[in-house]
Amino acid sequence: METTTASPDKFTAKELVTDQEVRWCPGCGDYSILKQAQTVIPELGIPRENIVFVSGIGCSSRFPYYMETFGMHSIHGRATAIASGLKATRPELSIWLVTGDGDGLSIGGNHTIHLLRRNFNLNVLLFNNEIYGLTKGQYSPTSEEGKVTKSTPMGSVDHPFNPIALCLGADATFVARSMDRDPKHLQAMLKRANDHKGASFLEIYQNCNVFNDGAFEVFTEKASKKKETLFMESGQPLVFGDNNELGIKLDGFTPIVVNLNEGASANDLWIHDDRDRVKAGILARFFDNPRAAGEHHLPRPFGVFYQEDRPVYEEKMIAQLDNMKAKRGEGDLDALLRGRETWTIS
Amino acid sequence: MAGTREIPIFAHHLRALFIMAQTQEVLDNVIIKFAGDSGDGMQLTGTQFTNTAALLGNDLSTFPDFPAEIRAPQGTLAGVSGFQLHFGSVEIFTPGDYCDVLVAMNAAALKANLRNIRKGGTIIVNVDGFDAKNLRLAGYGDVNPLENGSVDNFRVVKMDVTKMTRAALDGSGLGVKEIDRAKNMFVLGYLYWMYNRSMEHTIKFINEKFEKKPDIRDANLKVLNAGYNFGETREEATSRFSIGPAKIAPGTYRNIMGNQAVAIGLIAAAKKAGLQLFYGTYPITPASDILHELSRHKNFNVKTFQAEDEIAGICSAIGASFGGALAVTGSSGPGIALKTEAMGLALMLELPLVIINVQRGGPSTGLPTKTEQSDLLQAVYGRNGEAPIPVIAAATPSDCFYMAYEACRLAIDFMTPVMLLTDGYIANGAEPWMFPKSSDLPDIKVNFAKNVEGEKFLPYKRNEKLSRPWAIPGTKGLEHRIGGIEKQHETGNISYDAANHEFMVELRENKVEKIADYIPEIKPEIGTEKGKLLVLGWGSTYGAIKSAVLKAREKNIDVTFAHLRYIRPFPKNLGEFLKNYDHVLIPEMNRGQLIKMIRDKFLIPAIAFNKVQGLPFSAEEILTRIEELSKK
Ligand SMILES: Cc1ncc(C[n+]2csc(CCOP(=O)(O)OP(=O)(O)O)c2C)c(N)n1
Ligand code: SF4
Ligand SMILES: [Mg+2]
Repeated sequence: METTTASPDKFTAKELVTDQEVRWCPGCGDYSILKQAQTVIPELGIPRENIVFVSGIGCSSRFPYYMETFGMHSIHGRATAIASGLKATRPELSIWLVTGDGDGLSIGGNHTIHLLRRNFNLNVLLFNNEIYGLTKGQYSPTSEEGKVTKSTPMGSVDHPFNPIALCLGADATFVARSMDRDPKHLQAMLKRANDHKGASFLEIYQNCNVFNDGAFEVFTEKASKKKETLFMESGQPLVFGDNNELGIKLDGFTPIVVNLNEGASANDLWIHDDRDRVKAGILARFFDNPRAAGEHHLPRPFGVFYQEDRPVYEEKMIAQLDNMKAKRGEGDLDALLRGRETWTIS
Repeated sequence: MAGTREIPIFAHHLRALFIMAQTQEVLDNVIIKFAGDSGDGMQLTGTQFTNTAALLGNDLSTFPDFPAEIRAPQGTLAGVSGFQLHFGSVEIFTPGDYCDVLVAMNAAALKANLRNIRKGGTIIVNVDGFDAKNLRLAGYGDVNPLENGSVDNFRVVKMDVTKMTRAALDGSGLGVKEIDRAKNMFVLGYLYWMYNRSMEHTIKFINEKFEKKPDIRDANLKVLNAGYNFGETREEATSRFSIGPAKIAPGTYRNIMGNQAVAIGLIAAAKKAGLQLFYGTYPITPASDILHELSRHKNFNVKTFQAEDEIAGICSAIGASFGGALAVTGSSGPGIALKTEAMGLALMLELPLVIINVQRGGPSTGLPTKTEQSDLLQAVYGRNGEAPIPVIAAATPSDCFYMAYEACRLAIDFMTPVMLLTDGYIANGAEPWMFPKSSDLPDIKVNFAKNVEGEKFLPYKRNEKLSRPWAIPGTKGLEHRIGGIEKQHETGNISYDAANHEFMVELRENKVEKIADYIPEIKPEIGTEKGKLLVLGWGSTYGAIKSAVLKAREKNIDVTFAHLRYIRPFPKNLGEFLKNYDHVLIPEMNRGQLIKMIRDKFLIPAIAFNKVQGLPFSAEEILTRIEELSKK
């Protein structure tokens, strides 16, 4: 989401720290996300009193308590709906929604897709740790098939959601992915989410070192990161690999990995365009499980998959109010009480 | 049928003068039910007759009776649509028990309503609706109830409405379909004749409604007159009736339905409080009309939000309330069940929120189009944890206005969710309302918290009402966090401390109980401060109880009527008040819910009187019960 800049009194990252003791497990990926948010937000030029963090329930949803802004820690899955009502009535506020893979995609999945299609101008940060952290380790709607957890001793039989594909399917106007272990990228994505006018959906891979440690290891660890991740930048070719020697080429609608050192031409590579909805759909499907897939699997994309400009809900709502006021004038309470037809008894 | 075409109003007046000379019976009240197929226009007919009665100074009360299915097959029982009107020269409190006149446009309409006609009452039938096909569809087989003795106890006026309508419009150039659509005007004209009413209002209505379709306008006027003339020229002796104006309080009145009154009450409260109104909801019968009405008034800064479900409806309202709007959600039956978790959140956040429950028959989907009072215990007790929420209830369609307004006042003053109970009966029922001036409405004061330099802001610090500050985003220096987890007294920080929890539970309860200091005490509506029998009502049973108690008192029975609008907390003097009567009778459209609360709180042996048929009490039912008890 994008918010207009008044001339706010400046504040620092430190001033965004609250007096509450942070209760996440040591080593939890949530710490990094909090840190990056506290670093980026003072740079956005938004008056601090206009910033609101709204969350549901989960480890991730503790977030607002640690942010010295306005905040609400609500109920499981409903932060999306709460933020919708807040934005509808207070469009000038900068609203940040913090949710988990269980909170935002399971119990609150319905609200998430509706928020995105309506396109309220706010930011949704989905901390995806592929597990239910707060309830101590059950599988979540993003856990891979076969996942062994407390509630699935024989492995989960659920097919997982692909959150990016889901949000594109819901006609989100900004869809991006980042990770806790790449502070720079995460900061950049938080800024991009804020810059976008409309509902910005940012999926953040977050390590739960207690119940699902290493879920994203292949994407975050030095040894494998370059080969397994694809950092998308609009206008740039899709390249990856230790020395960016690998690239993605489209063969019809089928993406294939080519090696620039083995005769492939850089000119044939797919140039990323984050305003291309069809290609965003293909990128969303770069979703191979690197541990289960064969050698020639596709890397996992990070960055902005897609964005578009579409009128935001709260402004359309206000336009209707203005329209009716222009037609009928400001509401006259006595006329409303009187109604259309009256009679007098004397 | 000729002769009325040129100057309808004038001709009608002349005739009226002439008729004055004839004999006619004077009645003090009449109950008419218009019933027909959904497509027969019975709602419009009823509304027109109602508006005319209102303009002529009658007191009245109405109730529409829609089929549950949207497009039920024509001619079937499921497709019967009805409109009941009770009007008179005396005070009227309910749409009435048994009708004096039933208009039955087809066999199904007769079958559906035969039980509800007074012995000796009149049935006006459209014989065309009793052909073989209609009889079969109504489930009469090949027996015609008009001929087998079923209606012997009634006076039957038969007319072939279809035939006469078509005759009246012969040569009009309209198609048969359009012609038949005017049938209801024939019936209306006839009833205007029968009750000696001026047709002026309806003529004006038709002229306005079909201003741009002169052929349809003329057709309707013609058929209306044809119906009137049919009364005059009929050879059988039919009596005519006249009902004078009622002695109701002088003033200017309008007609109002309960759901509409709720909507207007909310808008009025928002306007008086200087807040924008936010209504987050999901469509459900019979609450949807509140959404429909509110969405027509966007020029009052009303934002309506049709959410993806009821949970989102209430949660969006909580978000709006956090932002400083007057936030409201509304639903019925299963929709209220879905909202319960979020109600708990609202009460923990201590934010103002109005929840409207237009009760319907339950459980589960239950009887969506029927009325019931069976959500009272849910409203008072139905949440996880010790979760007290103030509960108030509207008594009549127009009372819905005042109670909606009151719900907003309490929510804002006490920073709490408030549940307003109405039900399908008053939501769709209508009555004349001497509407107030906006300047006469009590003030609603909103004081958003401000930053005090050098003072630490405490989001849960309380005032004399035990109410906390409303500190909205955008206020510099008041940045703070709230949530559903138990919080420390005053600071609002998360606290799992055992003693603090108990303290906070009691504090939240005391806050709700404190409201009793700011609401009216209970007193008799009718009757005496002390006596043998008290009938204690709540919600929509008001009209039926009032009529019954008035009748009983005419029979010299020592009975008093008092009505509860505040259920949690109860009025402060309720316990003392109840002890002034030997017996307390509590009629409810449920299995006995208020009575449980009364027995629990005041330990009195109150007597239950329950009806769970999806139908309101009739005054007669209550009167009978009063008479029985008076012999005790
Ligand atoms: C209505 C409701 N159902 C269940 C719970 C229990 N619960 C709390 S958090 C949670 C799942 C959290 O998972 P996620 O959203 O992924 O957040 P994480 O803890 O992993 O950050 C559940 C099931 C609850 N608080 N409320
Ligand atoms: S349980 Fe997992 S997600 Fe929750 S705080 Fe601990 S490490 Fe983080
Ligand atoms: Mg999780």
